[in-house]
Amino acid sequence: MASPILSLKRVNKSFGPVHVLKDVDFSAYAGKVTALVGDNGAGKSTLIKCIAGIYTPETGEFIFEGNPVTISGPRDATALGIEIVYQDLALCDNLDIVHNMFLGREEISGITLNESSMESLAKKTLDGLSVRTVKSIRQKVASLSGGQRQTVAIARAVLWNSKVVILDEPTAALGVAQTEQVLKLVRQLADNGLAVIVISHNLNDVFQVADNIAAMYLGSMAAQVEKNSVNQNDVVRLITTGAQK
Amino acid sequence: MSQDLNIKQSANDWWSKVKAGQVGALPALLGLFVLCIVFGIQSSVFLTPGNLANLLTQAAAVIVIAMGLVFVLLLGEIDLSAGYAAGVCGALLVIMITEMDYPWYLAFPISVLAGVLLGAVIGYLVAQLKIPSFVVTLATFLAFQGLLLLLVGEGGTIRIEDPVILAVENKNLSVSYSWIFFLLTAGAYLLSGLLKFRKRKKAGLVDNLFKLWVIKTFVWIAIGTLATWALTVERSNNPDLVSLRGIPYVVPVILVLLVGATFVLSRTSFGLHIYAVGGNAEAARRAGINVKMVRITAFMICTAFAAVAGMIFVSRANSISPTTGGSSTLLYAVGAAVIGGTSLFGGKGKVSDAILGGLVVAVIDNGMALLGYPAGIKFMVTGAVLLISATIDAVSRRGASTT
Repeated sequence: MASPILSLKRVNKSFGPVHVLKDVDFSAYAGKVTALVGDNGAGKSTLIKCIAGIYTPETGEFIFEGNPVTISGPRDATALGIEIVYQDLALCDNLDIVHNMFLGREEISGITLNESSMESLAKKTLDGLSVRTVKSIRQKVASLSGGQRQTVAIARAVLWNSKVVILDEPTAALGVAQTEQVLKLVRQLADNGLAVIVISHNLNDVFQVADNIAAMYLGSMAAQVEKNSVNQNDVVRLITTGAQK
Repeated sequence: MSQDLNIKQSANDWWSKVKAGQVGALPALLGLFVLCIVFGIQSSVFLTPGNLANLLTQAAAVIVIAMGLVFVLLLGEIDLSAGYAAGVCGALLVIMITEMDYPWYLAFPISVLAGVLLGAVIGYLVAQLKIPSFVVTLATFLAFQGLLLLLVGEGGTIRIEDPVILAVENKNLSVSYSWIFFLLTAGAYLLSGLLKFRKRKKAGLVDNLFKLWVIKTFVWIAIGTLATWALTVERSNNPDLVSLRGIPYVVPVILVLLVGATFVLSRTSFGLHIYAVGGNAEAARRAGINVKMVRITAFMICTAFAAVAGMIFVSRANSISPTTGGSSTLLYAVGAAVIGGTSLFGGKGKVSDAILGGLVVAVIDNGMALLGYPAGIKFMVTGAVLLISATIDAVSRRGASTT
């Protein structure tokens, strides 16, 4: 396997007396979808928050594109090209798609917003993701369906030439057709050359879209394996007991 | 998407927006139209040029407060003390001019600066200490009322004789300047619209709203021409003694505020951030927006507008009194913003809404007074109109969130 774009080695994180991450190793590869699975409280969210710079781990190495880096805040992560799509999507319903995609990082010419430049770039990004379900990119996000909103949130994450995109349960609140649509989009991201990390509780989704599966158990990394080397029962065993075969 | 969408399609788009709950200024426009017809039929005075000018000068102060309130309402907050903030700043203005002999061009900016400072205090308490704006501004409502009383002195009024300040509400542009003003305004409106469309075309973006914009522009220019004509007709009872023609000075004052505020809200990233914080503060925070700073600045802008309104109050009454900006002023201003289509839940609204809503409030006030209704009935009708607007707002929100 090629060398990972992002890898964490022996990462530890505690909240007071609670040791949440115990010597966790984790890798993500460009062009691959890595699924992060585990039961509630296994430490998935803490791990991705460490990657995104929201938490700073006490010990551990953080290697990005072969170089050791330190991430001490969300801005550091963004500067490296790591974007996170939260489960609640963090969209403003009252703004249109373009404004949501550029929120906080608007294009300015002089003192005014450069609307046409933002609109063209947003359109290009959505086209690059093969998104054709959105009628107009000037419509308000409030009028979009759940899947379309997820699409906008993902498009926002890839707008900035990002290299790693982390998706927190992207299909949790979606119906069958919309889940299909979002999974296709996730696959498309990886095919475009990004490293994608997906947190999911749905093993069907995981097996459909992932190349690698990283299973966490009680704060440790039970195993990070290639999808083709395991079946669903193996993954369930990893999640529930932390034991390989 | 086809390259050339015709009027019917863009009208359909617009209608589906209305059905989806984005009614915007439509109810207020319809309401204003209906009210004008009803009062016009019942009262022979209502639709005369004299009353039109009167209506504008009556409504001016409340409209300006409402314009400032839009910034705060967009965040989902409220400023109950904006009325008395106008009174306090107006009192400072009068005291500086009459007792300290400051020229108006020094006194007025200082009074606006005082407004900015009052807003900064309110904004700090709301954004930094996270006290609900309702409570903070209820406290400042009382405090400003007290401050105004101390500044003016109990029971007293202070007269002002500065010709420039008095001219704002009492003098008019000459007839030729009125037309020049109208032509400049219409020309600037046309030009900015055309430039925007040309820029979008250059960038290769599809435009389905151009023809709708042409119709809208045509209607506005027609209304503007009619209003300018009506205001340039002689409205003095005794033209030989004193001639009374032209657009009141307060109209260009409001227009400058409107253009400035609309520019900030719709063309700058600060404006976008205000909408974002009002729509989803948490999302705005995660996007890297300084939410606290946006909140504080919005309150500062709101009271700065109130300070301008204070000057207008002073100009209209030729004096300041302990009740300036009190009684129903603030409630009328909030009503104006909401009737115009600004949402009390935040994230939705425009400064131009405040003008439209302010005119509705003023028309009810003025029309019912002309018909001889007692003040009690007037308040009840205004209250009912506000309630209807808030209902439209709440119901349209529900419609918008059903996906």
